[in-house]
Amino acid sequence: MSTKVYVPRDSAALAVGADEVAAAIRNEVEKRGLDVQIIRNGSRGMFWLEPLVEVEFQGQRIGYGPVSPKDVRTLLDSGFLKGQSHALRVGEVNDHPFLKQQERLTFSRMGITDPLSLEDYRHHGGFSGLCVALTLPPQQIVQQVLDSGLRGRGGAGFPAGIKWKTVLQATAPQKYIVVNADEGDSGTFADRMVMEGDPYMLLEGMAIAGLAVGATTGYIYVRSEYPHAFHALQEAIVRAENAGFLGDNLLESGKRFRVMVRKAAGSYVCGEETALLESLEGKRGIVRAKPPLPALSGLFGKPTVINNVLTLCAVPFILSHGAAAYAEFGMGRSRGTLPFQLAGNIRQGGLVEKAFGVSIRTLIEQFGAGTASGRPLRAVQVGGPLGAYFPDRLLDTPLDYEAMAARGGVLGHGGIVVFDDTVDMAEQARYALEFCAVESCGKCTPCRIGSTRGEELVRHMQHHPESSHQDEQLLRDLCNTLLNGSLCAMGGMTPYPVLSALDHFPEDFHPSSHAIKAA
Amino acid sequence: MIKINQFCFCSISYVVHSCNLKYQNMKNTQNSLPPPSLPEQEGRVVQQSIDQWMSAEGPLLPILHHIQDHLGYIPPASIELIAHQLNLSRAEVHGVVTYYPHFRREKPALRQIVVCQAEACQARGARELTRTIESRTGCRLGQHSPDGQWCLESVYCLGLCASGPAVAINGCLHARVDHDRLNELLSPGDLA
Repeated sequence: MSTKVYVPRDSAALAVGADEVAAAIRNEVEKRGLDVQIIRNGSRGMFWLEPLVEVEFQGQRIGYGPVSPKDVRTLLDSGFLKGQSHALRVGEVNDHPFLKQQERLTFSRMGITDPLSLEDYRHHGGFSGLCVALTLPPQQIVQQVLDSGLRGRGGAGFPAGIKWKTVLQATAPQKYIVVNADEGDSGTFADRMVMEGDPYMLLEGMAIAGLAVGATTGYIYVRSEYPHAFHALQEAIVRAENAGFLGDNLLESGKRFRVMVRKAAGSYVCGEETALLESLEGKRGIVRAKPPLPALSGLFGKPTVINNVLTLCAVPFILSHGAAAYAEFGMGRSRGTLPFQLAGNIRQGGLVEKAFGVSIRTLIEQFGAGTASGRPLRAVQVGGPLGAYFPDRLLDTPLDYEAMAARGGVLGHGGIVVFDDTVDMAEQARYALEFCAVESCGKCTPCRIGSTRGEELVRHMQHHPESSHQDEQLLRDLCNTLLNGSLCAMGGMTPYPVLSALDHFPEDFHPSSHAIKAA
Repeated sequence: MIKINQFCFCSISYVVHSCNLKYQNMKNTQNSLPPPSLPEQEGRVVQQSIDQWMSAEGPLLPILHHIQDHLGYIPPASIELIAHQLNLSRAEVHGVVTYYPHFRREKPALRQIVVCQAEACQARGARELTRTIESRTGCRLGQHSPDGQWCLESVYCLGLCASGPAVAINGCLHARVDHDRLNELLSPGDLA
């Protein structure tokens, strides 16, 4: 029997040479006449080890990483096909402390299966949620999602069940399921991992949502920066349709659900739900005023469920294991798990799925093993470019929607970006405003004009320390206008990184006065 | 009475509709040939893109992607062709093409380098990396190199945030781009 060797096909592995490693293994085993089957799996989410090559031996998956093509010969020489020792050996992958301490409900198959193999997906519990949903009336599916306490994973944290219920109760000849896969936040990659590493889970979640609200068509709006995810989804849809998991006769039930993938075009603000709908309709991605809610008048004016990738991916588990099993995890009003993403200057960056309530410090120290540079940590940005910067003394904050809000932050999409002590926080604040100026859709004045004026103010502070206190007052006033006067989260949340940098790291904005104090 | 009214209304709307169709067909025939400023091969690609996506819901973005995937950019002369066939104004199509950073309106350089400028990559040295690439290729961020060989663009996140700094060269992703890796990627023969 041939030995199975796994080489990930996730973008983060491809970007550090996984294709070259797979080719080198193929060449070398052919030369040696060995019987090896190379499987391109998803990533386990331990990116510091990528490309992480795994060998199946005696029922175990022994990992080696990070592997470069030049390591392949010595790996084969030292008997890695039998799990033998080598400088790159990391041992049985499932026992790795980084994975062992996680609570992977959504990411349970990630990195284990061949992403496009329907057989693998079914073998690991796939489509069991859909099978349950097909036996239930729509109201009961929605009730399960309501009972699970599932909240939108895109950042706003709106209860998914309420959204679904609104769409279910709306009457219209056509309803839509739209997936927000415009994962533009820096420090996040969980959606990308799902689309590349377990795409059927997303399709299953969409089909269940379709059954729940009476929608027969779904769109996935994927970033153009994610070409591999786009192609994986296209292929997965074709295969799922051919096998009857999607299409005109879902698992012989007579129910219908079709999915289309659409490519975005590089606009960050299209991650906002109404701008996304405009973009799907073929217009400029300009934010719509609400009401009407997309649940009542969404895509092409029809009732639309618009959910983030991770929201829909939590649904198959909820249906197959029951709402109570999901709601058992978490704290307060944040139920279930969140796939956190450790990024930036971190030694062990990657994906950590944990129940809500874990502290930022636990994630960074226990899972991330501190900074990659080895220098002291100075700031952590949680929740993407519109999230607040936290200093070391706030790192014990539990990651839960309400606890984060109480400390002036947001959980967002679960991205955690670590900075060491070389970071200049005035520059980070300036960047946040510059980013807003670049990406603003231009519909509302506070965001369109305020971002540019704010960037100028911080730049002035950086170069004219003598007037920095006056500038700070102006900047705070301006942030207040953005917070309260913007149409959407783009302008409304840009003040979070700016104000948190001002509040927690004032010495970077007023270098001279702090130098005088220190002296 | 109501029935008669409905019938009248239907027949009137049928007549109006068929006139519209005729008009539309006339417009289509007039516009099925590419305007003279669009070279023949480009015109053919543009027409194919329109034909492929015309009947889809919200076809404009897929058409533009299809054109750029095949030609490398959106020829400005194609805007009129698209606008007429989708029954949109030129301003609407122009607005969409110029709104989205992904769409180019001029032919790209031979080698396009896209460097992530977002926070996670900043925390791992993206600013220094950008400066190094600028000095090595001779082109500033957002510009073409003087010899037209390179163009250097910023991107806000490639989704490789745990393995930054990240770049994409001609669409191919590269992460953990340190000094040595950059040297490999910018082979000496290609330097400005």
